[in-house]
Amino acid sequence: MFVGAIFFPLLGATISGFLGRWIGSRASQWASVGCMVLAAICGVLAFAEVAMDGRPATVGIATWIDVGGFELAWALRYDTLAAVMVAMVTVISTLIHLYSVGYMSHDATPPRFFAYLSLFTFMMLMLVTADNLAQLFFGWEGVGLASYLLIGYWYDRESANAAAMKAFIVNRVGDFFFMLGVALVFLTFDSIDFSEIFAAVPQHTGDTFLGLNSIELIGVLLFLGACGKSAQLGLHTWLPDAMEGPTPVSALIHAATMVTAGVFLVCRMSPLMEYAPNALTLVTFVGASTALFAATIGCVQNDIKRIIAYSTCSQLGYMFFAAGVGAYQVAMFHLFTHAFFKALLFLGAGSVIHAMSDEQDIRRMGGIWSKIPVTYAVMWVGSLALAGIPFFAGYYSKDAILEAAFAAHSLVGGYAFLCGILAAFLTAFYSWRLLILTFHGEPRADEHTMEHVHESPVVMLAPLLLLAVGAVLTGYLFYDFFVGEQEHAFWAGSIVNAAHNHVLHDMHEVPAWVPLAPTVVGVLGIALAYFLYMVAPGLPARLAAAVPALYRFLLNKWYFDELYDRIFVNPARRLASVFWKVGDARIIDGMPNGAADLAAGAARGAVRIQTGRVANYAFAMIIGLVFFVSLFMLGLR
Amino acid sequence: MNAVGFPLLSLLTFLPLVGAAITMSVRGEDAVVARNARWIALWTSLGVFLLSLILWARFDRGTAEFQFVERVSWLPEFGVGYHMGVDGISVLFVLLSTALTPICILASWEAITARVREYMVAFLVLETMMVGMFAALDMLVFYVFFEGVLIPMFLIIGVWGGARRVYAAYKFFLYTLLGSVLMLLAILYLWREAGTTDIPTLHRHAVPIAAQAWIFFAFLASFAVKVPMWPVHTWLPDAHVEAPTAGSVILAGVLLKMGAYGFIRFSLPILPEASAQFAPLIFVLSVVAVAYTSLVALAQEDMKKLIAYSSVAHMGIVTIGIFTFNQQGLSGALFTMLAHGVVSGALFLCVGVLYDRVHSREIARYGGIAGIMPSYGLVFLFFTMASVGLPGLANFVGEFLVIVGAWKVNPWVAAGAALSMILGACYMLLLYRRVAFGRVTREDLRALLDLSPREYAVFVPLVLVTLWMGVYPQSFLDVFETSVAALIQRHEAALSAARLAGL
Repeated sequence: MFVGAIFFPLLGATISGFLGRWIGSRASQWASVGCMVLAAICGVLAFAEVAMDGRPATVGIATWIDVGGFELAWALRYDTLAAVMVAMVTVISTLIHLYSVGYMSHDATPPRFFAYLSLFTFMMLMLVTADNLAQLFFGWEGVGLASYLLIGYWYDRESANAAAMKAFIVNRVGDFFFMLGVALVFLTFDSIDFSEIFAAVPQHTGDTFLGLNSIELIGVLLFLGACGKSAQLGLHTWLPDAMEGPTPVSALIHAATMVTAGVFLVCRMSPLMEYAPNALTLVTFVGASTALFAATIGCVQNDIKRIIAYSTCSQLGYMFFAAGVGAYQVAMFHLFTHAFFKALLFLGAGSVIHAMSDEQDIRRMGGIWSKIPVTYAVMWVGSLALAGIPFFAGYYSKDAILEAAFAAHSLVGGYAFLCGILAAFLTAFYSWRLLILTFHGEPRADEHTMEHVHESPVVMLAPLLLLAVGAVLTGYLFYDFFVGEQEHAFWAGSIVNAAHNHVLHDMHEVPAWVPLAPTVVGVLGIALAYFLYMVAPGLPARLAAAVPALYRFLLNKWYFDELYDRIFVNPARRLASVFWKVGDARIIDGMPNGAADLAAGAARGAVRIQTGRVANYAFAMIIGLVFFVSLFMLGLR
Repeated sequence: MNAVGFPLLSLLTFLPLVGAAITMSVRGEDAVVARNARWIALWTSLGVFLLSLILWARFDRGTAEFQFVERVSWLPEFGVGYHMGVDGISVLFVLLSTALTPICILASWEAITARVREYMVAFLVLETMMVGMFAALDMLVFYVFFEGVLIPMFLIIGVWGGARRVYAAYKFFLYTLLGSVLMLLAILYLWREAGTTDIPTLHRHAVPIAAQAWIFFAFLASFAVKVPMWPVHTWLPDAHVEAPTAGSVILAGVLLKMGAYGFIRFSLPILPEASAQFAPLIFVLSVVAVAYTSLVALAQEDMKKLIAYSSVAHMGIVTIGIFTFNQQGLSGALFTMLAHGVVSGALFLCVGVLYDRVHSREIARYGGIAGIMPSYGLVFLFFTMASVGLPGLANFVGEFLVIVGAWKVNPWVAAGAALSMILGACYMLLLYRRVAFGRVTREDLRALLDLSPREYAVFVPLVLVTLWMGVYPQSFLDVFETSVAALIQRHEAALSAARLAGL
């Protein structure tokens, strides 16, 4: 069961990847879906046993590396934290696989797609069940590889290739810090095994490295690694571009795999992070800033998938600042509920795109709600959950996060609370902007497209409906376990709050207006969107024209891409050609080539002397004789 | 005499020469000669490979002593003997050489059509030289093999190479020879000093500290060129570009390892103080190599040149690892050497597959290959990812260990080494994207055939080894663990002895 949950996806990937050519496209699709169903069953059973019954386990597989006290094993670590992730990843991924059967039906090479998809899931599962940092890194990089392949799945598109490369390389920048963090962990603890690190943290709180506190430095380095995967401010640029992949991929990246890895890492390292208050402050600050920053961009984007992508970025910011104020459980709770409604939103968007003949620009949609009622309904559910409207999943987790930020009673906690409230307002606004522009108003697509608008097949609708159920119920059902009364028994030590950390307790005792605030601003955001796009549809354009600078600034995503091109990409290109053309070709090669020319020149000169005429030689001899004789004579005198 | 009871290492070393002699004697029509030469070379090299597996199987991992030792006195009055043996550090390189040779011969099966007999002879002689070099335990014998490698390689590049082959061959030869001459001087000095050229004896001999620096630089001149380290690396791209595919494979796979092997075998144990003293210099050169050559690789228009520059960057990581003087760093360096031997060899073979079909190495000439040749696309991607250092594949383990080892010594060096993670991803993905992805812009590419059974036979073993090294590296790390530990122990003992003497 424990092993099955992890390795069934790998089996599925192998079958459809290598045997796809022989068993045919249909069979390989269903084989990988079948494997995923088995994995999901195992995953849910494992969750029931580990988290609900409180029986964590570690399954050893083999030794990986053992060099001079540097020991690593391949092992599956099942505690509550891992079990939550395994269950969530396998279930969501199964639904996405199922959906893809319908979505990719017109594609040329579905077996390849399913192989990548299953590989992606497998790598994520390896990541969450890792027993040490190196195995986590294996999954971490594997996820990067799979996302690279999936984002660039349509590899004959230039933009898809660029996006895939960008995703991989930006992630690598994060990995750079992650690797250094791992090296420092080994140097500090003489081990990178989770249980050994966590046991030894209290003894090492005073260690310093380069004059800095080791634990703090580790925390910062690992968090920077997490920033790459989880697309936090500064390293977020790959995420919106990742929309180049097929929509199910976006759903998988944004909901279950990949971006949640960073949040997971911070929660996994909670026993260490608890002793790194400054690193946590940084986490809170970056998370809160990202939450607000991404939400502002989301308000003006026109690509349906990009809007949802920025909302992911923003929601990840929420998770990070929750972890930053010490409420890891709350972060995990939001991660869990978010997975359901974000997958729902993406797959719903996919269904819209499918219906609109691959149109993604919401300015060219509208007026289609009656033609695709099921999609319309589930998009509503997803948006309600995202906006944190009461009794939908997002309400429970987002409220909890804001309460925790408020209860932290620190400066940065206050900043996070403020950003969170503002972002909640913007979230509601752009969600309804999306809903209204996509489904309501006058149809803005051409007639040909409108004629073809159709509801998706059952194989796509069934996952949507199941996810909708999840988006409604998960918050209510699991609140008590994740952050409520049974929290302590549920997590069973897989997340550690140090003795000085009371945020989980304090968050239930905030003033009464705090839990109400997100709902109120959410409703206000919806009202504003309704007013701007339903009541006075001409207003947004006039607003944009009134503050063109701000509008362009937001539309161009705060000019991050342009900035990075200026600072990193272009100088690297220039430097590369200078190094090559000047450094290598002129200077380094110039020396031996010059020496060779010198030798050749000297030889040519020498050749000229050797004329072969006896008279010349005799003349030279006489001159020499005269010279030496005169020298001799002068010397005598 | 040794564990097997018969001179296995000499057999491994000289069997290829026998094969070469037989190949030489083949007579008849050109086509027949070519076919026979190919088969003789293949069977000889496969035989050598199978024999070398005995070495692997019978090698005792528990001891740091030299094993399979053979000793014949040669010039006793000068303290020079024919002395062969392997320890944990060298045994895997013997295996690497014997494993890559049959693969190279198979890879040249159809690519080489002119003077096939001579080509195969050159390869078998090359194998003799490589194996002999890694197994030699006498400095003079080592030197003979070390230099001997140059001759067949010079011919392979100069005769069967590309358009600028003569320039490249001379550059290769002169660069490496210049360094070697200085090494010969150092060997002569050591011989005068210790009265012998026997390597194990020299390991126990304490060289005066004043002389160590000079000898260190003499060795450095030779090994740095071979590695190659920045800034004496420019012969490598030229040699790679002009060499035939199999020549590049051996060049990247084995010849580049000779320099690093030299550092581990000579510089570290014989000159401990000088090595420790000049380690910062090596670190600086290596970090520069990583950053500089990675950037240069980014600008390349020629597939082979790009991979050649990436080799320089990877070898920078190796030299960092060697001079960390700790278990992780050294093991990581050795592992990276092996992994790089397999992976970059495979990458050159990947380029060779396209070159055989299209006769162009220019990146811009391709595009959309993944759709036309799916199996090839997968193999190429696999080795691209291995080169980038994806965990679970060969290169990662070595690089990771080097970074951990370097971090202990100096975090900035570790950061420099880790920089290759980012830059490596940039240039390799750029290469893969421009060759394999994208739209097919050249119509003639559509007619390309996917991998042939012969090419599968070349790639499948390499894929399996790469996976094996990544998923279960322990089976390799075990081999050199004891030897590396002993080396470090000796090194530290020598350093502390010198410190005591200084007091």
